[in-house]
Amino acid sequence: MTLASLLPVAIILSSLIPGLAIFLVREESHLLRGLLNMAGALTKLALVGVLIWGVYHGHVYEARLALAPGLELVLSADALSVLFVSLSALLWLVTTVYAIGYLEHSPNRSRFFGFFSLCVSATVGIALAGNLPSFVIFYELLTLATYPLVAHRGTPDAVRGARIYLAYTLSGGVALLIGAIWLQSLSGPQDFTQGGYLSNLSEAHRGALIAIFALLLAGLGVKAALVPLHGWLPQSMVAPAPVSALLHAVAVVKAGAFGIVRLVYDVYGVEFAHALGLLGLLGALASLTILYGSLRALAQDGLKKRLAYSTVSQVSYIALGASILGPVATIGGLVHLVHQGIMKITLFFCAGNYAETLGVHRVSEMDGVGQRMPLTTLAFSLGALGMIGIPPIAGFVSKWYLGLGAIEAQAHWVLLILALSSLLNAAYFLPILYRAWFRPAPAAWPEESPRRGRFETQGALLWPPLITAAFCLLAGLLAAAPFSPLEWVELIARREYP
Amino acid sequence: MSSLALAVTLPLLGALLATLWPGRAQPLGLAASLLTALASAWVIAEVWQAGALRLELGGWSAPLGIALVADGFSAAFLGLSALVALGSGLYASTYFSTREMQARFWPLWLLLWAALNALFLAGDFFNLYVTLELLGLTAAALGALGATPEALRANLRYLLIGLLGSLTYLLGVTLIYIAHGTLDLALVGAAITAGPVDATALALMTLGLALKAALFPLHGWLAPAHANAPAPVSAALSALVVKAAFYLIARLWLDVFAPLITPWAASLMGLLGAGAVLWGSWRALRAEQLKVLAAYSTVAQIGALCLFLPLLQGLPAGAAREQLVAALVLMALTHGLAKSGLFLAAGLVQRAAGHDRIAELGGTAQRLPATTFTLGLAGAALIGLPPSGAFIGKWLLIEAALERGQWWWVVVLALGTLLSAAYVFRVLSRAFNQDPTPGRFVSEARTELPALLLALLATAGLGLASAPLWRLLGVAPS
Amino acid sequence: MTPLLYAGAGIALFSLGLWGFLVQAALLRKLIAFNIMGSGVFHLLIAIAERGEQPPDPVPHALVLTGIVVAVSATALALAMGRQLGEEQEHE
Repeated sequence: MTLASLLPVAIILSSLIPGLAIFLVREESHLLRGLLNMAGALTKLALVGVLIWGVYHGHVYEARLALAPGLELVLSADALSVLFVSLSALLWLVTTVYAIGYLEHSPNRSRFFGFFSLCVSATVGIALAGNLPSFVIFYELLTLATYPLVAHRGTPDAVRGARIYLAYTLSGGVALLIGAIWLQSLSGPQDFTQGGYLSNLSEAHRGALIAIFALLLAGLGVKAALVPLHGWLPQSMVAPAPVSALLHAVAVVKAGAFGIVRLVYDVYGVEFAHALGLLGLLGALASLTILYGSLRALAQDGLKKRLAYSTVSQVSYIALGASILGPVATIGGLVHLVHQGIMKITLFFCAGNYAETLGVHRVSEMDGVGQRMPLTTLAFSLGALGMIGIPPIAGFVSKWYLGLGAIEAQAHWVLLILALSSLLNAAYFLPILYRAWFRPAPAAWPEESPRRGRFETQGALLWPPLITAAFCLLAGLLAAAPFSPLEWVELIARREYP
Repeated sequence: MSSLALAVTLPLLGALLATLWPGRAQPLGLAASLLTALASAWVIAEVWQAGALRLELGGWSAPLGIALVADGFSAAFLGLSALVALGSGLYASTYFSTREMQARFWPLWLLLWAALNALFLAGDFFNLYVTLELLGLTAAALGALGATPEALRANLRYLLIGLLGSLTYLLGVTLIYIAHGTLDLALVGAAITAGPVDATALALMTLGLALKAALFPLHGWLAPAHANAPAPVSAALSALVVKAAFYLIARLWLDVFAPLITPWAASLMGLLGAGAVLWGSWRALRAEQLKVLAAYSTVAQIGALCLFLPLLQGLPAGAAREQLVAALVLMALTHGLAKSGLFLAAGLVQRAAGHDRIAELGGTAQRLPATTFTLGLAGAALIGLPPSGAFIGKWLLIEAALERGQWWWVVVLALGTLLSAAYVFRVLSRAFNQDPTPGRFVSEARTELPALLLALLATAGLGLASAPLWRLLGVAPS
Repeated sequence: MTPLLYAGAGIALFSLGLWGFLVQAALLRKLIAFNIMGSGVFHLLIAIAERGEQPPDPVPHALVLTGIVVAVSATALALAMGRQLGEEQEHE
């Protein structure tokens, strides 16, 4: 074991060890638990910083552990994993602060924060997985670690939502497992390789490769909430707001989308997938999901439900980007992995703030919240406008590159999808903004908690959305700056299309 | 003194001493447990170095004498027994609080362990018969320790069925002696021919062992016997006693009688295994009590192990076969450790709640975080989720099935996985409710920690650090 | 010829015992049936010890002796458990 191979391991351990320790912390030791949480999150961020620097300069980080003959656990960091690792490390820190503010007075905190850390460890493992078996292992671990978080509140609704979540994800996991094993039985043990590692398999395996792609896509599509496998996502909205943020922005949905990206670029290779005719299937599913999710979002009155359907729709931009052959579309899809994350987490933080501070859960109750909570509503507006694709916020950059990529690849129907989807985005977000800013506030809020501190809500709840909203703005404004998500994604695309 | 002889005689000696001094049964029992575990470790260390051991008892060599033998396969199971027996014994030392119960428990417990070790190390058919009988007798007696009418009835039935099984096995042994004039496993293995006598002998022995291993559809006795036994005993019964019978089936089918096995016979075993996976999991899902659930899941697991047989049939000796056999052992070991952890945890839940009806467990599960954690870890291993050893076993099993074109076993495994996930999470979901928060993670270290450690070994230990096991089983890393 | 006769008788006893074991419900009858099955196997073992002019093979004899010990202990345990069960049921 060299120092270079230790880094990916250390990145996983930096949340795993505090997570396990937190289980043992006594319920009333707020300080110790907070310390463990923050120490883990900050250490992880620092380690990821080192990793970014190293990968940019072409260093190789790789750790291997033989599980069985032909079955290796591989952790390695390429540019794509760095993209996902940095996203989750950064957002985990913000979410931890938020979760401490949100939950520190509710029951079963040690259990919650323990699984919270395990969840992030699994996500980082997914990002760093260097081959398909390792990916499958962390992907399943993520399912296990998330289940207690969704069920956390312990209400019959929460337990039901968690059960539905589990039914979907474990079934998806079985499909993924069988697909992965089948693939390995054809190709032998292989690491993820830029450009894929299947193109030199014999013609005779064509049919099998298409079936395997379908199996793997089904497994990944469950977490990525591809229609018709999305049913669990709106159901798990019963979980507390930090968990929703985690599900939608940091971990679960992202893990699915990231897996699809890996599948297309580093297992099949985008050109081979195109030659097999698989990109069309993926593109069709993604487009269907984009439109269906938006349409459903339009009809929701519950704020979190609306955001959930919006996630269904938005995450598929990533899959859409992967389904178009060409570097520009790749950039659009990959950069949305980051952009969707920071925008959606902002929106969920804000939704949590409305619920926690004012008891506002529905869109119809949001009249005038902008006057009562201007900072939160400002953050919400930035996130929402970004989702619609208004320049110069992050979402615009994603859509711009997706559109350019579609033109480059002569896939003009994608432009239609983008236009329709943006219209729908506007249709379900703008009315909320209008209500929040321009409608008069009601005489009393549904369930207002007593004010604490001098801001509109407590600091631990207010700062996280403001910070992530600032990220949304900066990611758009400074898209051309070095180490911005866009620049990094261009690095990945250059390596995929030499 | 040889390590092989020690692994058998130490627990026997302990049992004898604990019988002679009933007042000191517990300290004597614990000391003997520790020594036995050390002796097992010694055997494993020697196998690790030498590959295989053979001890001719009293200096008489086969065909007349009796030999104790150990290879990687038996050493692995010896290790499993040591871990489970040590953990469950420690747990039992708190679980049985009265002197009287302790005095009854320890002699039988050590006798059971001696029988197990002797079974794994036996080198001839007749010794196997004796150990099987000893195992059956002690297991039934231990199971009936609670002395409730249900426990007595269930374990009496278990005893009688076990006797039927061993006599059927003995009849097979007699045929072997008629055909080959020796009972030594190695000598018989070398002389095996595809004739009717050997086939009948194998059929009889397998039938007898299938009864003892509760192989579907001969599993009816298992659930009541295991569910009504005291928790540490159920742990050993499910994790070890049933596995010991399966160990012997595997020995006969994969080793001694391997040239005799036809694709049809192996497929039949696979089919029974598939039935066990589906039916056992289904019954576990429908079970109303936690321990009944755990017992049916044992039925399903034996079935999962049988799925290896059709895939190993006809597989020529070599790396592929060694790997698949090792995967079988890995899966059996994971199941054993996980199942013992599950039963020990179930016992704690039962004691805390006063019952083990799953529907009413809510508050208890939330009050005992460490125990619920154990249930979760053990459950993950039983489902075959990563990073447990069962996941790796399942991976290699599915890979072998796909490579040999027998995809139907994959369907069975997929269904079994989903069903087992359903029954495990049916229990775990009870831990999420609005009862007050527990103050601390561990409430009674001496019972909770052994269970937790066993479950942890099944998940993280055998999953991430199984390399020594592969080496022990002689599989070269590739 | 004689060994075959003994062996055949052994198989017959085993089958008879098996039938009884499966059909009879009462514990005592089941145990008697079990012992008859056992005797069947022992019969067979003794029959195959015959080696014509040579002295008979001692191994099967040893097996039978061990087998008898095992069968007696098993019967004893089953009887003890049956008796305890009977007592427990009387208490109820």
